[in-house]
Amino acid sequence: MDKVMPLRDAVSGYVRDGARIAMGTGLESCIPFAAGHEIIRQRRRDLTLVGAISDILFDQLIGAGCVARVIAAWVGNVGAGIAYNFRRAVESEVPGPLAMEDHSNMTVALALEAAARGVPFLPSRTGLGSDIVHGHRRLREITCPFTGERLLGVGALELDLAVIHVPRCDAAGNAHLWGNLGITLEAARAARTVVLTCEEVVDEAVIRSDPNRTLIPGFLVSAVAVAPFGSHPSPTQGYVNRDDRFYDEYHAETRTRDGFLGWLDRMVLGTADHDAYLARVGRTRVEGLRPRTARLAAPVNYGL
Amino acid sequence: MTPRQIMVVAAAREIRDGEIVFVGMRLPLLGFAVAKATHAPAAVGLFENGVIRDTPPAGALITMGDPPNIAGAVMCTTLLEVMSHLERGRVDVGFLGGAQVDRFGNLNTTWVEEGGRRVRLPGSGGAADIAALSRRTVVIMQHERRRFPERVGYLTSPGYGTGGRWRSEVGLVRGGPCRVITSLGVLGFDAESGEMVLERVHPGVTVDDVRAQTGWDLRVASPLSTTPEPTIEELAVLRRFDPDGTWAG
Repeated sequence: MDKVMPLRDAVSGYVRDGARIAMGTGLESCIPFAAGHEIIRQRRRDLTLVGAISDILFDQLIGAGCVARVIAAWVGNVGAGIAYNFRRAVESEVPGPLAMEDHSNMTVALALEAAARGVPFLPSRTGLGSDIVHGHRRLREITCPFTGERLLGVGALELDLAVIHVPRCDAAGNAHLWGNLGITLEAARAARTVVLTCEEVVDEAVIRSDPNRTLIPGFLVSAVAVAPFGSHPSPTQGYVNRDDRFYDEYHAETRTRDGFLGWLDRMVLGTADHDAYLARVGRTRVEGLRPRTARLAAPVNYGL
Repeated sequence: MTPRQIMVVAAAREIRDGEIVFVGMRLPLLGFAVAKATHAPAAVGLFENGVIRDTPPAGALITMGDPPNIAGAVMCTTLLEVMSHLERGRVDVGFLGGAQVDRFGNLNTTWVEEGGRRVRLPGSGGAADIAALSRRTVVIMQHERRRFPERVGYLTSPGYGTGGRWRSEVGLVRGGPCRVITSLGVLGFDAESGEMVLERVHPGVTVDDVRAQTGWDLRVASPLSTTPEPTIEELAVLRRFDPDGTWAG
């Protein structure tokens, strides 16, 4: 089944106001910025964003007024530290109030894994003694029924949608991933459905040539949108390196609300689509992020 | 040399050869690269994004997800799989930073007060997990009075809590900080009380300098020593992985 569609249609078809959505599941790589920008352009509202490390995508969506709630372990700028829109929203309700459900990386991953398995919670030894747990709706101290030990129960976190940027997939959404995986596989399985953006759509024969590298099966996926450089400014291994300077520029420019609104108008609302965004970043600059040398994996033999 | 270079090299020296290391971002990331290239060639680094490496990265890094940290890794997997090694007790040492550390080594990376205002920080990331589950942890911090309060206002990542047997009382099965490496010196912890103790000052730093930047009546080890300066070899490795002085300049 061919699920390939323009990014605009994938967002209008599958991202609903009020939805609980995981994005940026690769932590610092494969962040689905192209999809996030399209969510901003289509002015989605009251979203709950779920992630471990948020990169700066959450900051952009928060500043654009798309977000009511964040469930995450770390919301900032992976290059420069502080994310100003997040701070303005939590501290001063600008542009609106933002509810924060704090986690550690491990608890948010376990919460998604519990949802992925369809169980109400999973036990862990993390979190004990941390103020994160106090009064938390999804984290609770429990007693092990086998050993009597004190453990942390991590409640399931179901998702309406996971938006995931992958290096390559086929038209049915069977996706090859390589590089660090973060919480991508847990999020894909915890979600009612998945929207993929990819650097390239490949023939299904490419996918079947190396089934161990297929880490998201197509039956989980509703839409595939081709978005080369779709993770910019974050990297996608082998396709695009990290645009380090972008993080520093964003940090400096978004220090004030007016500064952010200028950035938003120029880079997202004032660009019709991802191609126009890349043109605004600068074609030469973007092409300069392509890896200069290839490092190919040795083929494996699935011979009969 | 800069205080940050001294800090990175001091961090590197906390890694023993053959250890499993949970590597953080920024200065610890550099410290791991220095240790690997000098005295700890058999150390293995775990990164919470899912990377396992036993060689220094293939180039300078800003984050653990940068392509040079993936290329040539021994394994790339999920966050939960890497965290399982931590939870199982296989990680010898984990590195942590933070906005604040207190008398008992508790870290705050969530909320601080600044000029009577509450300031929201990015949050735990993996720090709360590393602090809870590593066999020991090393904290790296700028030594400033506002970063060294007697008690953190928000305990993101547990050290020794209120001291004594607090960790086992709350259900933590191991671990706790063994060192705090700062821009002024190196601190350890009293084995009984869990209280921080100044053990070394960096070259040119006095005990009074350290006390002036610490928010409680800091205990000082006797005898107190001076942090050994980085070797030429260590500094050369540091420059290789931080050529522009982005982190340790």
